[in-house]
This record gives sequence, C-alpha cells and structure tokens, in this order.
Amino acid sequence: MTGLHEDKPMAGKTLYEKLFDAHVVRQQEDGTALLYIDRHLVHEVTSPQAFEGLRLAGRKPWRPGAMLAVPDHNVPTTNRAGGIVDPVSREQVNTLGRNCQEFGVKEFPMADLRQGIVHIIGPEEGFTLPGSTVVCGDSHTSTHGAIGALAFGIGTSEVEHVMATQTLLQKRTKTLQVRVDGDLGPGVTAKDVVLAIIGKIGTAGGTGYAIEFAGSAIESLSIEGRMSVCNMSIEAGARAGMVAVDEKTIEYFRDKPYAPTGEMFERAAEYWRTLKSDPDAEFDKVVTLDATRIEPQVSWGTSPEMVVPVTGKVPDPAAEPDPVKAEGMRKALAYMGLEANTPMTNIPIDKVFIGSCTNARIEDLRAAAAVIKGGRVADNVTLAMVVPGSGLVREQAEKEGLDKIFLEAGFEWREPGCSMCLAMNADRLEPGERCASTSNRNFEGRQGQGGRTHLLSPAMAAAAGIAGHFVDVRQA
Amino acid sequence: MQPFTTHKGIVAPLDRSNVDTDAIIPKQYLKSVKRTGFGPTAFDDWRYLDPGEPGMDHSKRRENPDFVLNKSPFDHATILLARENFGCGSSREHAVWALTDFGFRAVIAPSFADIFFNNSFKNGLLPIALKEEEVDALFGLVKDNPGAEVEIDLPNQTVTAPNGTQYRFDIDSFRKHCLIEGLDDIALTLGHSEEIKAYETAQVERTPWLFNDLRGHTGG
Repeated sequence: MTGLHEDKPMAGKTLYEKLFDAHVVRQQEDGTALLYIDRHLVHEVTSPQAFEGLRLAGRKPWRPGAMLAVPDHNVPTTNRAGGIVDPVSREQVNTLGRNCQEFGVKEFPMADLRQGIVHIIGPEEGFTLPGSTVVCGDSHTSTHGAIGALAFGIGTSEVEHVMATQTLLQKRTKTLQVRVDGDLGPGVTAKDVVLAIIGKIGTAGGTGYAIEFAGSAIESLSIEGRMSVCNMSIEAGARAGMVAVDEKTIEYFRDKPYAPTGEMFERAAEYWRTLKSDPDAEFDKVVTLDATRIEPQVSWGTSPEMVVPVTGKVPDPAAEPDPVKAEGMRKALAYMGLEANTPMTNIPIDKVFIGSCTNARIEDLRAAAAVIKGGRVADNVTLAMVVPGSGLVREQAEKEGLDKIFLEAGFEWREPGCSMCLAMNADRLEPGERCASTSNRNFEGRQGQGGRTHLLSPAMAAAAGIAGHFVDVRQA
Repeated sequence: MQPFTTHKGIVAPLDRSNVDTDAIIPKQYLKSVKRTGFGPTAFDDWRYLDPGEPGMDHSKRRENPDFVLNKSPFDHATILLARENFGCGSSREHAVWALTDFGFRAVIAPSFADIFFNNSFKNGLLPIALKEEEVDALFGLVKDNPGAEVEIDLPNQTVTAPNGTQYRFDIDSFRKHCLIEGLDDIALTLGHSEEIKAYETAQVERTPWLFNDLRGHTGG
C-alpha cells in the first residue's frame, strides 16, 4: 500500500508525524513502515563495511545523487599538506575516496574548501533541507532536525540498507515536546539550554521518543543555535530532535549552494511553512523549562546528564537516595578526580577544545572570540585550540579576523574536522588531563584514554581558557 | 545473518548503568574497514591495564584482573547482563560487532539506547529488556551461582534462570521473525522496488527540489 497513513484522524499532527507520514512508501500490518530517505550523509568511519556489503552482494546504490560524502573523523587539523601520518587513519580516508569513485558518490575530499564535519556541511551546502529525511551513520545526525527535517543516526547495516534501497524500515516513535519559554539571560546560550534539558530529563529521558523543541526561547535562537540544541538530542536518548520551520529557517536557505533557487525556492518555502505541529496536535509527553532560570552549565561527570550550573558545586553521592545512582556518581567522581561539594569555579583545567558538530559554526567562534578578545590563555593551560567546523567556516572567521584574536590570545587555529571531540585523529587528551570542551560527550576515555571532559558553551570554554579554571562567563 | 532461536549460556554480570558504545569499543579501533576482529578489544579501557592500539597482539597485553570478562567462568560468557540505558552514545555498529565477536549472543538489561538496540537485530545479537527487579534478581542469582547457565527461548519469548524462574520479554513481531529466520533486510526491501519507484515518481511532482541529484564524485 502506498500513500499517507492517518494515525490520529481526530487530533492534528505533530511535526514529527507530518515528516514521517510524507515519507512512507509502504506500511506493514504491524506498523513497520518503509520510510523514504531523501538525503544520506556519509563519512569514512561507518561506511566502509556498507560499501563492502554492496560489493559482496553485487548491488549498486539506489540513488547515488542523494548521497554526499566527506572525511571528518580521522582528518588531521594541522599540516594538511603533509597528509595523514597514521597509516590506519589514512587507509580509512583513502577507502572512502575509492568507494565514492567506484559508486559515483559526490565527495568533498580533505583538500576541498567545503570539507568539514558532516553535520556542519549538510545545512551549510543546502544539501539537507526542511521537510527532508536525513540519515547518516552518526548519532549526531539529529543536528539537521533544527531546520525542520526528520534526521537521525543509523548503524552501518542501515547505512547499507539506505544505499541499496533509499529506504529504511522504521516504526513511528512516541513524541516528546520540550518547551522552553521565557527570555534567556545574557551569557546563556543554546548549549546551556540543551545541557539544562539533559540535566532535567536524563540521558535516557528521550529514549523511544522523537523530541520537538519548542517555546519562545527556542524560537528566539538562531538556526545555528537550534542546531546545537538538536545536535544533543541523542545525549537525551532521542534519535531525532527537531524545531518547527519559521521565517528564520527559510531565510537561512536563501543563498545555500544546493538549495532551490528562484521560483522553485518560493514553491519550496510555501511547503516548508507548513512544517510545524498543528495547534491541536497531541504529544505523548511534554516537558517544560523556564528559560529565565537557566544558567551557564558545566558537566562534572562521565555522562551528559551529570551537569550543574557554573554557580553550583560538584554533587555529593551521599545525598543521592538511589543506591545504583549514588554508585554511578562515585565511579564518575573517581574517574574525574573530583571531590564532592567542590565549587565548579575552583576546578582548574589543562586544555580547551572549541569545536565539534555541536559548536563549531561561525556564531560559536564569534561568541568565543568575543570573550577572548584582548585576553591571554592562562599559564596552567597547556593547549587551547579552536577547530572550525568546515573550510567555509574557517574562511569566514578569517575574513572577520577571528583567527587573529584566537592566535594573539595563545589559542591554536586549526583545520576543520571532528578533532578532539572523539580523538580519532592526533588531537587527544593524555591520561588525567582535564578539558573544557564544547563537544557533546564526556564519557570515560572519549577525548583520549584517561582524559577528563567537561562540557560547556563556546563562551564558557573561552572564559575558562583565559582564567585557567571554570568561571561564570557573565562575570568574566 | 546468524539466526537466533534458543540459546543457553553463561551470564557475565556487568553491574553498570549507561554503558556507552565508546566504552564497548573505543574510537581507535573504529579505523578498521572490516566487520570482524573487534572481540579482543571489546571494553578495552576496562579490560586492559595498558593502552591499546589497532594492530597490537592483544593476547600479550596486561589484563585488568578485576574486570568481569577477565574472570573465569565469565571469560566464556555468551550472555551479558547490565543495568539501564545499555549501548547509549555513538551509533557505531562496531559495538555490536565487538560483542558478537567476543562470543555474546544476547544482552539482558532493563533498557537499551535506540540505535544500539536496532543495530543488534541486524547482527543476530538479541537485546532483551526485562523489568528492573527481574534484572536485579538475575544479578543476585549470578552472584550466588557464577557459571550457572541461563536459557533464552526467542520463539516463546522467555528467559529461564538457573533456579527455574522464567521471565517473559516483549519483542516486535517483525524483528522476531527476521531474527529467527536470519533474514536479509535488503533483499526483503528490494522485493518492494516497484513501490519505491512509484513513491519517487509521485514525490518528484510534490517536492522536485529534493530530486536535484548531486553528480559524480569530483565534479563541481
């Protein structure tokens, strides 16, 4: 059976339901749908086994022109001209190039100005668009939900399935609306909003749900800010996070290379304006936050839900009534080398990482530069680095002179890639090193074995780099 | 894919919640372009005392004697028991490949992260969600009687503990069918090629801007 599925004939539809229903190719009796995929982003780490699977089965990609590939996880952020030193990383990046050549897939190779982190370049190029379904073998694909797309991460078997069929087998998930209403205070950013949400609902709070972020505080964010929020949906357990389309979304795509132009743009925009939840749509769950009470956030533990306002203290497991949770907190404190009840602003840092698919867009770099301007990296900070999200972000930042602000303050200005967010390239923490990081995961060993990660906003990371310890950016 | 019907095996208790896929298989091993060989480096940071790199002979590394999978009889376990939100974080399917390559056929926990849960079914690894108190009871049984075998019956959707207690679990009927038969999803979907083409034909009219395909791999 082909066509739209009317699940809730009485109530209106949520944005998720609209996007899902518009992509159903067929539906089985048990509710499993074959969902059409419009955009498939590919990177070097989760694709080689999928391409190999196609080869072994003698299959071809269904629609190679719906794919865009880029190496990002393994690429060096220094001395690009020298190539990749690590032979294993080099082989993986070369394998991506060979596979794209063989199967006719468009790739932005390492030397291309447009190369960058897969989730930065998708919207930047207008490759991912409102109303599209977007997948990638990467959990942070949720980022693209910020533009009113249904976007989620998949494993390598599903990458192969999408390559071969342009579809995925999916069941509708439940819907969760996270409403953030009110005005955000000065110095409080999109990153603080999403960390506060994760702190409230927990890392499994969104498991089994698609999240729609709504409310006046979300509406007030720029498209890039909304991307930072949707990016971390997966840290709240949800594969997909999204924000309704508004005029900001439409303006964002007016000058993007692969976005429609002229009359076609106006026709697309007319459709995009329908991409919002109906006023009478019902969500399975609603969570609300008061924007006026959100402070700049810093994580203290080894899970993104282990987060407190910078004005707070490291929590005490002795005060946690749930014994399993208390034990988890003790393990986290031991790994992080922290004492309970230490004020967050008393914690010194060794490194600063400003980058990642969460926070490496131009607005993030502007926010960091604004805090850094005229300052100097503290003596106890051994490395402070800024890694732009793409070659185009890097170019724009240089036009604005941001690179000079970073360099004069003692920050390193690097080439684009995932870098120390997951430390697959040479950028990593040494055992015991403590990092103020604008990335998305503070898991044990994430940024290097034994490394200690604290998640925060670009402005907060910049301020910590200058002070040598966490500080409230509102007083920096 | 290896089909799954029934399985009886030793249960390894990993008493942690929020076990993330970075912990199951650290990033340095994701540089492999293969699906196999991840077993020796499953839980690498917890399992070994020295840092690991791809290409090492992992049998010569220093094992952490306190880690459950280094202790007999759990080094031969085929069922992993853990706490809530197992498999959270990165979408890396390498985490599932590491578990199956180690020899695991099933993971039992109160809850799983969505992407890991999905990836498991594609590789013949059965994720079983039991109630928190049932998982608690299993942890107790394994502690009192390490090495006792637990039996999993997928057609009947039951887990039978060594003391005879039986727990029922839920599973999506389509996933169950695919797992029991060891079906290849892609071949199944390609059986609906005509419907996919019909959808595309209709969509080209509705949203033509989504069908402006990119060309080649090096072109502008």
